[in-house]
Amino acid sequence: MSKTKIKTQTKWNIKGIENWGWKKHPLGATIPEAGNAADYKTGGWRSNRPIWDEEKCTNCLICWINCPDSSIRVKDEKWDSFDYDHCKGCGICANVCPTKAITMVEEGGEK
Amino acid sequence: MGVEKLTEIRWHARGGQGAVTAAKLLAETALSQGQYFQAFPEYGPERMGAPILAFTRISNGPIHIRSSITNPEIVVVLDSTLLSAVDVTEGLDTDGVLIINTDEEPAAIRKAMKLKGRKVYTVDATKIAKETIGRAIPNTPMMGALVRVTGIMPIENVTEYLRKSFGKKFSEEIIEGNVKAVERAYAEVKAE
Amino acid sequence: MATTANKATTKQTTVAMTGNAGCALAMKQINPDVVGAYPITPQTTIVEEFANYVANGVVDTEYINVESEHSAMSACIGASAAGARVMTTTSSQGLALMWEELSIASAMRLPIVMHNVNRSLSGPINIHCDHSDSMGARDMGWVQMFGETAQEAYDNTIIAMRVAEHEKVMLPVMIMHDGFITSHAIDRFDVLDDEVVKKFVGEYVPKRALLDTDNPMTFGPFAMPPYYYEQRKAMRVALENAKDVVLKVSKEYGKLSGRTYGLFEEYRLDDAHIAVIVLGSTAGTAKYVVDKLRDKGMKVGLLKPRLFRPFPSAEMADALSHLKAVAVMDRSDSIGAPGGPVYMEVKAALYNTTKRPHVQGYVYGLGGRDTGPDQIETVFGDLQKVARGEEAPREAVTLLGVKE
Repeated sequence: MSKTKIKTQTKWNIKGIENWGWKKHPLGATIPEAGNAADYKTGGWRSNRPIWDEEKCTNCLICWINCPDSSIRVKDEKWDSFDYDHCKGCGICANVCPTKAITMVEEGGEK
Repeated sequence: MGVEKLTEIRWHARGGQGAVTAAKLLAETALSQGQYFQAFPEYGPERMGAPILAFTRISNGPIHIRSSITNPEIVVVLDSTLLSAVDVTEGLDTDGVLIINTDEEPAAIRKAMKLKGRKVYTVDATKIAKETIGRAIPNTPMMGALVRVTGIMPIENVTEYLRKSFGKKFSEEIIEGNVKAVERAYAEVKAE
Repeated sequence: MATTANKATTKQTTVAMTGNAGCALAMKQINPDVVGAYPITPQTTIVEEFANYVANGVVDTEYINVESEHSAMSACIGASAAGARVMTTTSSQGLALMWEELSIASAMRLPIVMHNVNRSLSGPINIHCDHSDSMGARDMGWVQMFGETAQEAYDNTIIAMRVAEHEKVMLPVMIMHDGFITSHAIDRFDVLDDEVVKKFVGEYVPKRALLDTDNPMTFGPFAMPPYYYEQRKAMRVALENAKDVVLKVSKEYGKLSGRTYGLFEEYRLDDAHIAVIVLGSTAGTAKYVVDKLRDKGMKVGLLKPRLFRPFPSAEMADALSHLKAVAVMDRSDSIGAPGGPVYMEVKAALYNTTKRPHVQGYVYGLGGRDTGPDQIETVFGDLQKVARGEEAPREAVTLLGVKE
């Protein structure tokens, strides 16, 4: 088999994909772009939102290890922020936090 | 018997006696002289010792027919113990040819089989094989008897092809033993 | 043999080989990147022979020993998606075990080439020839080609590779030949030199490949209702395209080999009044019968389908339009349907045409039951009576040679 270079990867423009005709779809339903799962914003699934208390946090980052949606952002080895675009509000972070620095509040309620 | 038309042969043997190899060898020899052929065994639950059938078609032109051979003109029996076990004459025309590996005379076989019509030939291929090849594999001597009786090809083509094809796999001794087996059976086959 | 005999432009060797050995030889000459296969009677001798080629180092193929046909096709799908040229082979229950992967291979548009050596489906368990295995897979989105002889099995293997990988097709191809009758009989046929085949199939340059790390992509994603239907439409168009591609590649192959194949073969059909339609090895026996009856002055002919998927409906309707009556002989039954698979396709192909023959259906040779010239003569006898108006056309399918 030989290695082929078709094109350098560009962002796959899927505007209006629900209405695309059969000719426009890639062959065999392939997705010609890597890592585009991030484009799918799952934050809207959330009914409970995690909030963070800087005072209580020891930066152990157990929440970062456990988050199934990679929605804990870390900067310089320290807790940075939640990725609310992708956090589904499952509450695992709050559950595993040893210092109760993360708590869950109802979405749309008090910040 | 000429080969202008399609010739159909049925081989009776027991598994392990080399009938499939003989049918194959005959096909390959036919190819070496530019003829067309088909060689196929009948597949079933056969194993060493079980009665088996193999078939050969030979023609000077392309062969279209693909069904099994039900009315052969020639029947070759590699093991005379089969004569009481299966009907080797099934579908064989009254002017058809039976070539049997046995130490008996054709007349004795005809009598034992209560055979009407057909032509019976016998040859002691097992004895020949033991004396020339050193093993009781009657397939190559039966090739010698077959070409003598039917004239479907000159014996030289068979021995030449044996030397050529066996040359890749077997020792000089085995090859010459097989060639000798073909030649002896060719000379020793008995007519009625 | 070949539909049109052209003069070959390349040297060939005449061999005495079984159909399966011919297929293994063609695989060797194609030298695929990956073969994932599991042995099953009567296909076994193909994988055995090919394993010999691998062990002797005459091919570069990665031969994947798998524990079942389900895994064989899965391995082939993975390897093909990775960008490899992939081949495999199976029969009967093996094909049945591949079932769910068959439609995945075609939907992922993977150009896998597979021999299916025709064997009846169990049960009762039986190892001999009929077409129930491949006919059952007719809606799986694969190109399906049937061969009559060892020569055709060999030629179709080489042609299939080019058809599968053609950019207008990009679908897997299933090549059939009859179990034992063609697979295990030593036959005379001509083979091309290794270098000629190598040049003919060329190097496979995949346009999409999982192992192409510069262009990462996802294969086999979930397709919700807004997307699934369009993919199936694309498959239908690609499978239809295979018709032209088969003709084009076969023509090119014909220039090399002198053997040019069409979508189907017409044997003494031009001036025939009645004809039989039959595919596989029985077409050979039918040719023998046609010659015999022609010698007696009967205007009989044969149409032998080669391509079953896509089914060449329009072309076949055209080729049959001048006939009074035709008989379609199926080596598989579609139980509960009006007749066998070929019969139904032929009837459907003719329905909307104005000039069409009467069509009568026959099933024959299930589970390897021998079909000799006498049975085919009976069929021609029936057709003759229908054509003369001596006998009423039959609606129900006749099971030839079954013991009542």
